[in-house]
Amino acid sequence: MDYAVTQKGFRHQPNVRLRNSSMEVSDGNQLFEDTSGCGSETSHHRNQRSGPQAAGFPGQSMLSEPMSNLAMAYGSSLASQGKEMMDKNLDRFIPISKLKYYFAVDTVYVGKKLGLLVFPYMHENWEVSYQQDTPVAPRFDVNAPDLYIPAMSFITYVLVAGLALGTQNRFSPELLGGQASSALVWLIMEVLAVLLSLYLVTVNTDLTTIDLLAFAGYKYVGMIVGVVAGLIFGRPAYYLSLLWCCAAIFVFMTRTLRLKLLSEAAAEGRLVRGARNQLRMYLTMSIAAAQPVFMYWLTYHLVR
Amino acid sequence: MAFTLYSLIQTAILCTNAIAVLHEERFLSKIGSGVDQGVTGFGDDPGIKSQVLNLIRSVRTIMRVPLIIVNSVSIVLLLLFG
Repeated sequence: MDYAVTQKGFRHQPNVRLRNSSMEVSDGNQLFEDTSGCGSETSHHRNQRSGPQAAGFPGQSMLSEPMSNLAMAYGSSLASQGKEMMDKNLDRFIPISKLKYYFAVDTVYVGKKLGLLVFPYMHENWEVSYQQDTPVAPRFDVNAPDLYIPAMSFITYVLVAGLALGTQNRFSPELLGGQASSALVWLIMEVLAVLLSLYLVTVNTDLTTIDLLAFAGYKYVGMIVGVVAGLIFGRPAYYLSLLWCCAAIFVFMTRTLRLKLLSEAAAEGRLVRGARNQLRMYLTMSIAAAQPVFMYWLTYHLVR
Repeated sequence: MAFTLYSLIQTAILCTNAIAVLHEERFLSKIGSGVDQGVTGFGDDPGIKSQVLNLIRSVRTIMRVPLIIVNSVSIVLLLLFG
């Protein structure tokens, strides 16, 4: 009943084929440490699953023949080879290991960051802490940028936009896709514009493209708050909450970008003369000022 | 305001085309991107103008051949599919 099939490329331990396992096959390494308290049993349970992808396969008598056993082993070794090759090639185009850093968040971080996006006025220390030259994962540092909040708020924005259009009887399913691609195009153009202006001003900064994408995505939180307030309480509430969120995002961006773009002296608040620092200050201000403009532009047609 | 990803691609193609067709003699030399000047200022602060000229020159050098391919492909596609 139980087969011990060892596969090339998988961990070398006897894999027990589970009869009714409904868990998907992934490779046994977990991507992140589990910071929730109860994950140990499930991870242990998951390590003992079967190798081939045919878990839950009906017709047990067919599998008792050695030929099909051989075919199963061959098929799964092919699959694992293909998976290795794809992993290796995909890593060249999309830096997956770098992306993993941006999704290493947990609930406490998300809560604190959302609070910071809406009320950044009391926060004192905006520096990203480092750990031997690499920035600390977002889980351990509130100031580090992440991609979880922007991605989730983008999707939520598309859904809320659909909801808002539905209350105005203007909804159709194609509009959802249209809103999503519209917002995505504006996001891409904003990131490209910021990249271009950073190149032109020759700022030596360690801001990567993904960081800029994360910062540009933080405004969706404010947009969602504004639209939801407008839906529940009417237009004045929309304007008020949008105003509040615009001011909050402006302060947030200014304080975050100040540390990254400006030179050391200017970042500490001392007045440093010189055309270069002035240019950098203008750049920071304009990036931060573009956020409220986008926030209004992308939501005003949703609350009529 | 229904932007699509396709319109983004179109914008990118049109902008790179616009940069690629700038005439050296009539225009760029007047602005100051002649062959003999522009690269000599390797001081601490290159300045915005030389950065822009650098960008234009590098875009023209790199994107000439791919632009030919992309333009022909889009012409054929537009002829076939409207």
